[in-house]
Amino acid sequence: MVNAVWLVLIAAGVITGLVTGNGEAVTSAALESAGSAVTLCFGLIGAMALWCGVMKIAEEAGIARWLARMVAPPARVLFPSVPRDHPAIAAVAMSIAANLLGMGNAATPLGIRAMEELATLPGSRDEASDAMCTFVAICTAGITLVPTTIIAIRSQFGSTSPAEVVVPIIIVNLLATAVAIIADRFARPVSRSR
Amino acid sequence: MLVRAVTAASNVMIPLIILTICLVGRLKGVRVYETFVEGAKEGFATAVRLIPFLVAMFVAIGMFRASGALKVVTGALSPVTGLLGMPEELLPLALIRPLSGSGALEVATNLVRTFGPDSVIGRMASTMQASSETTLYIITVYFGAVGIKKTRHCLAAGLLADLVAFLSSVAVWRLVLGLTP
Repeated sequence: MVNAVWLVLIAAGVITGLVTGNGEAVTSAALESAGSAVTLCFGLIGAMALWCGVMKIAEEAGIARWLARMVAPPARVLFPSVPRDHPAIAAVAMSIAANLLGMGNAATPLGIRAMEELATLPGSRDEASDAMCTFVAICTAGITLVPTTIIAIRSQFGSTSPAEVVVPIIIVNLLATAVAIIADRFARPVSRSR
Repeated sequence: MLVRAVTAASNVMIPLIILTICLVGRLKGVRVYETFVEGAKEGFATAVRLIPFLVAMFVAIGMFRASGALKVVTGALSPVTGLLGMPEELLPLALIRPLSGSGALEVATNLVRTFGPDSVIGRMASTMQASSETTLYIITVYFGAVGIKKTRHCLAAGLLADLVAFLSSVAVWRLVLGLTP
């Protein structure tokens, strides 16, 4: 499906560009985007290095194992294929917590760290595992309790109550996350290629 | 007041977590500096490994956005939004949200500025922006980091969650404000 979306985006871009005479803009956008992807990765290097370093200390100190035991009950329901006190559970919990608390800069590195831990479990090297799918489904649903950015924007433009959106956001979030988890549960047996 | 407290708390959260982990590590006899450097080395390699995946995705999204194709899709879909009770002005935000984080933030900020943060559109746009994620980016980065190309149903599940988020953002505000369809 990623293949199809990728191709559709490029085809739609090129064809619309040619039809509307935007060809030049499409050409420069292609090169600029390639450059900005690399810039973004360079920015990510620092954050990744920082959080991987901190997580390494957490693992060596046994904090990761302790955290995994703390979140065991929900983890067993959501990720039945991951052993109970595997470091992957701790990494997944840290990443979800970072999302919940609106720690945007920490969420991506911790999420990547969680994927790397999940990849150490036995399974296919080039196909997503069940646990990876569930984790990514939860992350793409966008779980947040503290929507810091949007509150800042609302108060910048003179809202009388910048935070009034928090409760609707949490309700909508819970709904979307529930749908993602349920969809993942039903799609898992069907989408496996083996 | 509450907002300020919550924002302040989430600002100090990261340094506090780092400090706690380092202190506990020291107490447990971990050589914290050496261990940190060792972990950081792995993080560096991961970020570099992501580059080809992100270039592929950013180029496709960049070409799509620059071509004006989004306007064509918006025009084609606008009759449908009326049926769902979604103001037409929100459609560009719904379309860009799963594709580009910075693009969506730009569109949402513009909607809040143009219509006012406390307008119906402003409230719905704020809710849509904050209650969903940049699905395509997350899938690219998370699976790219572990070199997995077969992502199974993840994109479909993520896009479904986005759709649910958009429709319920509209529905929640219609209910709260007592708007009839």
